[in-house]
Amino acid sequence: MVGIINYGAGNIRSVCSSIIACGKKVFLIEKGSDIKRADIIILPGVGAFGDGMKGLSSKGIIEPLMEETSNGKPCLGICLGLQMFFSYSDEGNCNGLGIIKGEVKKFKVKNKGLKVPHMGWSRVKISKPNDPLFFNIGDNKYFYFAHSYYVKPDDSSIVAGMTEYGIEFASFIKKDNIVGVQFHPEKSGELGIKFLKNFLEGIWLQ
Amino acid sequence: MAAIRIIPCLDVKDGKVVKGVHFENLREAGDPVEHASFYSRENADEIVFLDISATIEGRKTMVDVVKRVSEVVFIPMTVGGGIKSLQDIEDLLKSGADKISINTAAVRNPELIEEGAKKFGSQCIIVAIDAKRAGKNKWEVYIESGKTPTGFEAVEWAKKVQKLGAGEILLTSIDMDGTQKGYDIELTRSVSESVSIPVIASGGAGTLEHMADVIIKGKASAVLLASLLHFRKYTISQIKEFLKNKGIEVRL
Repeated sequence: MVGIINYGAGNIRSVCSSIIACGKKVFLIEKGSDIKRADIIILPGVGAFGDGMKGLSSKGIIEPLMEETSNGKPCLGICLGLQMFFSYSDEGNCNGLGIIKGEVKKFKVKNKGLKVPHMGWSRVKISKPNDPLFFNIGDNKYFYFAHSYYVKPDDSSIVAGMTEYGIEFASFIKKDNIVGVQFHPEKSGELGIKFLKNFLEGIWLQ
Repeated sequence: MAAIRIIPCLDVKDGKVVKGVHFENLREAGDPVEHASFYSRENADEIVFLDISATIEGRKTMVDVVKRVSEVVFIPMTVGGGIKSLQDIEDLLKSGADKISINTAAVRNPELIEEGAKKFGSQCIIVAIDAKRAGKNKWEVYIESGKTPTGFEAVEWAKKVQKLGAGEILLTSIDMDGTQKGYDIELTRSVSESVSIPVIASGGAGTLEHMADVIIKGKASAVLLASLLHFRKYTISQIKEFLKNKGIEVRL
């Protein structure tokens, strides 16, 4: 079963619906002990970094999440979910989970005409042409974004896809059993569902 | 960069689409799910539902509409109309809406923008501004479906809502709305150049050229369309092909 962590983020229903559309069964992870029951963990997210971390902490989810992910359980972080994998965010000067070393930075509005939040459809340029998570999708396709902050990992080898918005930023991260996307696959139409299917099928893990 | 977005807007009353696609092959007339699915298949970049229900019961059905749509349509969905409180916002977001749009309540109670952005994130708070020309480079903000003048100047109000935490502005020219004579380009450009959040242009589109103008000259990040799409004057693909040939980035 696919467990979706419910720490109070608003878009949980859309995430559930998209996983169901992939033909999988889902349940909500409401407390730490629920995590063990999940074969696959999804950490969704919209909203502020600090609130997200507080939500995870108050539900006692941080410790079991760290344990299960370090034991190799596949975990997908979406948008704020991806950002919370990181060590630190400029948003509210807040520490994250630290599963991935690096920082979360805010877009600078210096470039004239650059609108923040980055809201809308942008291309994802994948690092490896045959990335199994992009099977049947391909390179340079459009996905839906809605964010003001982006991730900057210390180790650039975990960057599996980049997007250009004023600057080039990592929009797709892969580190062993951990996958993170800055875009919203649950809101990226047909290609988003394909991405989720690829993730849930697990071929990328082999 | 991000592609320019084409966003169909559907009016919903008591759970039924009232100004919708004039098309024969929709199974159930006025079903919001069918309409949203149709536009999603047509490659719409987002979808907006405007709830024009006059009663509380009518409004309650909107939550159910949002739930049903979010189960089968996987593009961003915005809901506007009659939203007054944080609870209203939360109910819609929890049901599967990605963003909510506030107009009258934003003017009456600007804290709603601030508190909504703080609680749910700026990315889900759209402030809709209905503006009417009041002189050279001056526009007045109207509320209550464009009926009540507020005394607020549109550009100043746009800056204020950005400061309060709005993530996007849905800007409608009351003068041009429904005329099909083109957008108020000056209004759109004035607002877009004075804020750093995206501006969605609405009101006045009659031709493909109008849309290209409001994007290139008016600096809009997206266009909201209703009757032009519903009456099938243009398909979304036609619009996108046209814009692409004008050098505008679109998601085909």
